[in-house]
Amino acid sequence: MQLIKPDTNIDFVGKRKLALIFSAILILVGLTSLVVKGGPDYGIDFVGGTLVQVQFSNPTDAAEVKKALAGLDLGSPVVQHFGDGQSEFLIRVEKTSAELKGFSSHILAALEQTYQKGNVDVRRVEMVGPQVGKDLRSKGLQAILYAMLGILVYVSWRFEFRFAVGAIIALAHDVLITLGMFSIFGKEIDLPIIAAFLAIIGYSLNDTIIVYDRIRENLGKHHKESFSFVVNRSVNETLSRTLLTSGTTLLVVLALFVLGGGVIHNFAFAMLIGVMVGTYSSIFVASPLLIYWEERKTAKAK
Amino acid sequence: MSNSLKYRGALVLFCLVLALFSLAPTLMRDSLPQWWLDSVDPIHLGLDLQGGMHLVLGVDVDKAVESRIDTIIDQTETQLREKDIIFKRLERRQGDRLVVLVYDEEEGAKVDVLMTETFPSLEAETFPGTGGYIEKHYRLSDNEIANVKDYAVRQALETMRNRVDQFGVSEPTLQRQSGNRILIQLPGVEDPDRAISLLGKTARLEFKMVAEQANVQDAIAGKLPPGTQLLYERNVNPSTGVVTETPLVVNTKTVLTGDLLSDANVRIDTRFNEPYVSIDFNAVGAKRFDQLTAANVGKRMAIVLDNTIYSAPVIRERISGGSAQISGSFTSQDATDLAIVLRAGSLPAPVKILENRTVGPSLGQDSIDKGIKSILVGGLLVVIAMIVYYQISGVVAVVALSLNLLFISAILSMFGATLTLPGLAGIVLTVGMAVDANVLIFERIREELRLGKAPKLALASGYGKAFLTIIDANMTTLLAALVLFQFGTGPVKGFAVTLSIGIVASLFTAIFVSRVIFDFFLHGRNVKRLSI
Repeated sequence: MQLIKPDTNIDFVGKRKLALIFSAILILVGLTSLVVKGGPDYGIDFVGGTLVQVQFSNPTDAAEVKKALAGLDLGSPVVQHFGDGQSEFLIRVEKTSAELKGFSSHILAALEQTYQKGNVDVRRVEMVGPQVGKDLRSKGLQAILYAMLGILVYVSWRFEFRFAVGAIIALAHDVLITLGMFSIFGKEIDLPIIAAFLAIIGYSLNDTIIVYDRIRENLGKHHKESFSFVVNRSVNETLSRTLLTSGTTLLVVLALFVLGGGVIHNFAFAMLIGVMVGTYSSIFVASPLLIYWEERKTAKAK
Repeated sequence: MSNSLKYRGALVLFCLVLALFSLAPTLMRDSLPQWWLDSVDPIHLGLDLQGGMHLVLGVDVDKAVESRIDTIIDQTETQLREKDIIFKRLERRQGDRLVVLVYDEEEGAKVDVLMTETFPSLEAETFPGTGGYIEKHYRLSDNEIANVKDYAVRQALETMRNRVDQFGVSEPTLQRQSGNRILIQLPGVEDPDRAISLLGKTARLEFKMVAEQANVQDAIAGKLPPGTQLLYERNVNPSTGVVTETPLVVNTKTVLTGDLLSDANVRIDTRFNEPYVSIDFNAVGAKRFDQLTAANVGKRMAIVLDNTIYSAPVIRERISGGSAQISGSFTSQDATDLAIVLRAGSLPAPVKILENRTVGPSLGQDSIDKGIKSILVGGLLVVIAMIVYYQISGVVAVVALSLNLLFISAILSMFGATLTLPGLAGIVLTVGMAVDANVLIFERIREELRLGKAPKLALASGYGKAFLTIIDANMTTLLAALVLFQFGTGPVKGFAVTLSIGIVASLFTAIFVSRVIFDFFLHGRNVKRLSI
């Protein structure tokens, strides 16, 4: 079976202005949301706080849960519905349980008063002190920066510097859009999301390098053709592979998104966006960037 | 069959057998002989999958430095008195220095001599104080401070290890992390609150004489006689469970500490059927306790744990046996935990809980089920896609993919790596990306076939040409995974681990194993058409 005919020649390069506008809009929308909301919505991993996941044997709703907790001095707890069904909730509090001793048992006791004993199960408690949160945040940023730096060096070594720059810009593009989407959908950024970002970086780069590799190969073969022709041809030649691999990866990520459960939901969401944007960017961003670079160089030469 | 193919085939078979061997304990633990279970462990599950507690504790090392200074002050005071050196006052300042106030240069010089002899590690400075005094400052050197801090963390780790051992958790992990942090992982803990209170307690046991002459009401108002402090005695009403606190003024000076204990045990008071903790002093402690009780018959002595008075009995007679008891209306669990912390020793400085992640066992099992379900469903979808798209060659890729999953799990159990929920996600992701190498190779082979090459030749050059591309593409993902490993904590590290292992395993199965399968079926045959 073939999705893409061997002699396919779609003019991707010719649509690069359009792609540029599309990317700019996506990034701008995301950035606007980020600015309006005053930065990314960090989870307790990065700002500190306490998170308690509770499950009730009978369905209830967030307002009800909040009411049951009203007697406790929790500051302003946020109660959020979690996973599928109406029986699981996340309770998030800014304070850390260093200040609130026996935190989870207090919450359990308060909930049991409303919902009866045996109907409430505390399934998970996470408490992160503000100092640890700060450390994790800076470590997370460092990890992303170091990964990008390592990639810059590796791609410069295996290819050329301009390829490396193109790849890095494409990566920044992917991470920015995913970050923006997180903000728009009001999803929190916590530790696993940093892992997802790095996986997206790895995946998107994987994609970009396959195309670059073909461009490198074709540059040796077709001396007489223009640079943009070679780029477009290379994108077309690898198109079948790009679509198939993205397809299979999307399939599994979708499986994770739908079946993986609440704890992994946001991670899968990040990957879902990342894989789509990463595929798009290796065709429409990373490759055209090489052409812009080339055009600037020839313009300067004149 | 060519020799090269035989060797390669043998290598693949060998890996397969090795993988099955190391996975057997995970899959069928009960039906294996003991020697098998001894040689390979089943796959370790992270706390997020099996349930348990992940704690990061911070040792307040500044407090350790302060108490070191306090000890030096105590010793210096004794020595100054012994040598009849006249001084006004001794005090600790800014946490890391002690100050001796003297009246004139002459006495100051004597203090200097004494201090350099007894505490060579202190750095001296002299300031003219206000009101005709001279301030002699002695500061711990930076090196010494670093030592004290380091020692405090190491000792805290040791004490925590003792406590955890006595608490009875299977396979706990205790590790020192950067700086003054200690990481503790307790799989399958059933009562997280109790674990926290056991680990977080400083358990500094002190004996202090009650200052009978002091007026408690004045003390509450803030007027304390010099050398005394206000503490509260904790009382629990056994029938209602209500805790009351009674103020009591005690001498600041500690007459005996829990460092001199040799043992602590829970006993039951037969009269009231109430548990108490009996403590035994070591030889030094017993002697001191003997002297102390002899000198203070008729007076009250407060037994203070972490600045709370548990009881303040009157000393009726000299106690020579070297044992005493702490009673304080305990529940039997309270008493057990107190005995544990007293036996394990006190922490050199208070600790604070910086991070706590506790996952209940039900959620862990849920996550495992859901993770495996996503792997199966995702894998099945990929299998269908590959076979529809590449037909028989797709089947080869699917075989390679299955081996890949097998190898990843085997490597996880061989290296004793920990499988976490993000780790499961990493495996799912690998399933999607692992076929990429085969897709690249197959697309190349198709291109070569279109150029009119014979199937075998096209196969060879397809593999050849795709090889470097695949390496380049995977190196970068591996790079990202390694950075993640460096940075990651707990579950996230699990993701980095499975992703890295997945990449390496997929390179092996997609490039090497799939080629062996092709060669095996094509050798000696004159194939006209490749199903690809």
